[in-house]
Amino acid sequence: MLEVRDLDVYYGNIRAVAGVSLTVGDGETVCLIGSNGAGKSTILRTISGLLRPRRGEILYNGHALTTLSPFQIVGLGVAHCPEGRHIFGSLTVHENLVMGAVQRKAGPEVTADLDKVYGLFPRLAERRSQTAATLSGGEQQMLAIGRALMRRPSLLLLDEPSLGLAPIIVDTIFQVIAEMKKSGLTILLVEQNAHRALEVADRGYVLETGRIVAQGTAAEFLADADLARAYLGEVSHALDR
Amino acid sequence: MLSTGNYILQQTINALSLGSVYALVAIGLAMVFGILQLINFAHGDLMMLSCYVFFFLAAAGVPFVAALLLAVLAGALMGVVMERVAYRRLRGRASVSMLLSSLAVSIILQNLVILVESPQARSFPAPDYLSTPLRLGVLTTSTIDVITVAAAVALLIGLTLLVTRTRVGIAMRAAADDLMAANLVGINLNSVIVFAFAVGSALAAVAGFLWATRVGKFDPMMGFLPVLKAFVAAVIGGFGSLPGAVLGGYVLGFLEIFLIGFLPPGLSTFRDALVFFILIVVLLIRPNGILGSTEGEKV
Amino acid sequence: MTVDPKKWRRPLALLALAGLVFLAQNYAGAYYVRVLIIVAINAVLVVALNLSNGFTGVFSLGHVGFMAMGAYISSILTLPVAMKATNLNLPHWLAGVQLGFLPATLIAAVITVIVAVIIGWPLMRLSGHYVTVATLGFLVIVRVVLINADSYTRGARTFSGVPPYTNLWWAVGWLVLTIYAANRLIRSPYGRAMIAVREDPLGAQSVGVSILGSRQWAFGTSAFFTAIGGALYAHFLSSFSPAAFYFSMTFNLIIMLVVGGMGSITGSVLGAAGITLISEFFRNLERGGVVLGVRIPPLYGMSQIVMAVLFMIIIVYRPIGIMGQKELSWSDVSRWLSARLRPPAAGTADTGRPVGRGVSGD
Repeated sequence: MLEVRDLDVYYGNIRAVAGVSLTVGDGETVCLIGSNGAGKSTILRTISGLLRPRRGEILYNGHALTTLSPFQIVGLGVAHCPEGRHIFGSLTVHENLVMGAVQRKAGPEVTADLDKVYGLFPRLAERRSQTAATLSGGEQQMLAIGRALMRRPSLLLLDEPSLGLAPIIVDTIFQVIAEMKKSGLTILLVEQNAHRALEVADRGYVLETGRIVAQGTAAEFLADADLARAYLGEVSHALDR
Repeated sequence: MLSTGNYILQQTINALSLGSVYALVAIGLAMVFGILQLINFAHGDLMMLSCYVFFFLAAAGVPFVAALLLAVLAGALMGVVMERVAYRRLRGRASVSMLLSSLAVSIILQNLVILVESPQARSFPAPDYLSTPLRLGVLTTSTIDVITVAAAVALLIGLTLLVTRTRVGIAMRAAADDLMAANLVGINLNSVIVFAFAVGSALAAVAGFLWATRVGKFDPMMGFLPVLKAFVAAVIGGFGSLPGAVLGGYVLGFLEIFLIGFLPPGLSTFRDALVFFILIVVLLIRPNGILGSTEGEKV
Repeated sequence: MTVDPKKWRRPLALLALAGLVFLAQNYAGAYYVRVLIIVAINAVLVVALNLSNGFTGVFSLGHVGFMAMGAYISSILTLPVAMKATNLNLPHWLAGVQLGFLPATLIAAVITVIVAVIIGWPLMRLSGHYVTVATLGFLVIVRVVLINADSYTRGARTFSGVPPYTNLWWAVGWLVLTIYAANRLIRSPYGRAMIAVREDPLGAQSVGVSILGSRQWAFGTSAFFTAIGGALYAHFLSSFSPAAFYFSMTFNLIIMLVVGGMGSITGSVLGAAGITLISEFFRNLERGGVVLGVRIPPLYGMSQIVMAVLFMIIIVYRPIGIMGQKELSWSDVSRWLSARLRPPAAGTADTGRPVGRGVSGD
């Protein structure tokens, strides 16, 4: 169970996240939505230990994360699939996945998980000896998610998985997310494509310039016409005219 | 008198031998640079120190192979200590800090040896059979040249296995590729960095032994020029990449041998200067080296 | 008639300095005068180095190559004709030439700048480590050329017989000029461009600052005064060899630069003075002797080790050096004076102009 309390994160002197509090219960899928630069990615990077907050607490299953290094946080079962994928371009697909499990003891369990990931992403299985940099954008995203899954995490932080991908690929990705959710994985998802995110999530938080401006269950969001207009793309339809 | 064909063949072996030494040193530099963005000037001094260790072990009566292995081990150990003492605390600072620190380490090591030992060159106690000429058909070459190439090939194969089959080896490549992602995936950076220093330094120690055997002597300053040249080699091949370092090493070896061979005699002593001239040219035309991408930062 | 104190402080300071030099030259012991000369020469070199490494962020390790050029070219020009005939093998238009100190120094400096501009054109395009190692390559190239052009330079052997023109007046005189020129450059539009480029190259470019142009200016000016320092050095030592202009000298200057503070002219002078004095002290210890009743054997090279260790400690704990990027301004001096002459008033504020970070991080 993840608890974020009154988080303030600064880049130099610029405050990116202000007084954010949120929770993610075990087995829940929670999404963070909002426009570009709202601070969503910053929150994920603070949780996984890449950034230090100036104020606030992050508790995961009782452990305080803000003083831990990313190495230690991964050790607690947190896997972060970052924005922009950040796969190891010069390594092969297989090596990338092996790296996902770097903190686990090598053995039959890891091999079993490898097979599971290849089952989930058959395209990756085809390309297992290929250098990761030669993969298409969608395949790289699958690789990034697969690599995170190799950790056998108890909490998955997913940052903008649909960014820059064609709609068909996005379908596949969200199918996979739905399956992961079904298998009981706790997921914190950051997405600009709010509609998709709310379809797969249980609850959502809306961020604007670093603050939470709305929160509720996914159903509530999808039903609320005002919110839909503001955040789910109805506005962009208006601009089409 | 040799025919031109045979002369070229002979020089080719020469070039392969020299290139092997450069490649072995360049790999160590590339490994460390890939992860830490550190140009370790003291890398050459690790070569030098290992030679001194070998010398004293041999003088104490330790049999050749054991002395060599111990010297290589000592090299690896010294590399690890160097990282811990001189560079670890500077991680995250401006990259020029670590470079300056490496300069300081180099000065300290050289002067320590001068102080404790002597600035004079000593004759290197390699077994005699290594320096004997070897006949390969119509060619006469030196045993050490053949051994150098063979050793380099064996070590490179071993290294390839190490970085593709072991976790820590793959983790090192991953860290050199994308440090942030390596962090996120949970790679223990300290372990990986120690690994890079240990392996790189061990290779440098071997290179030191091969070099000192070729040249016949060794002295406290012997590491300075090789490390600069190895840097040039790594840049030529594509700095930070291991295959690039190897390729660059051999390219540089060939350039050096054939440039001396075919230069007018008056200019042959300018060989070292030429090497740096080549560096500047490469940095201008293709700063990411032969194997590197063609994009990159330029003003 | 009112007297504007500000207009007079610079000439007065120069007068005071001249007075001090006069006193030292005539009343201080020969050894101390020599130390002061070295301090001044080092200060010239470090201030010049700072123009490139500190203010532009182009970290050059090859400047001693420029120093060597200044030293050798000026010495070849000032060497008495008789010595030229015995020691060197010069072409006949050069063999009969013997110039005075100033013309020889200036010619050497100008030639050096031309070379600096030529090699600067490719080099200044590079970034980060690449330019650093490329400049180190330049140092090696200069050394190789010096060793090989032995009909001009006596190769690796000692070049001797150089008339010992350098005295405290010359050294301090050139130092004042160097500081003045560096100051003018930094305050000029080029200088501001340099600092902008160092702080934020992308931002500077977007505002139209020519990175190449400002770097070239800094590099060229830097080379000019470094060559002058080399000429001063050559005419101080009177005999030298290429070994004097290689790794050891490079490292000494870098220590002075970093300890003083990259990005502060005041710092460069202070760093030069401090490190020169400290390393003199340790070099005297090298000969061995009795310290505090303990007999110490001769330890040649010990001073280098000590300085390098101190350097590493400074990099870790005080990377910005003594002055960081701040300068000692007139108001600092007057405040210091008035505090000494009168009881101190309420807290003094710092008038240094911090412009960012030094070696401590990005």
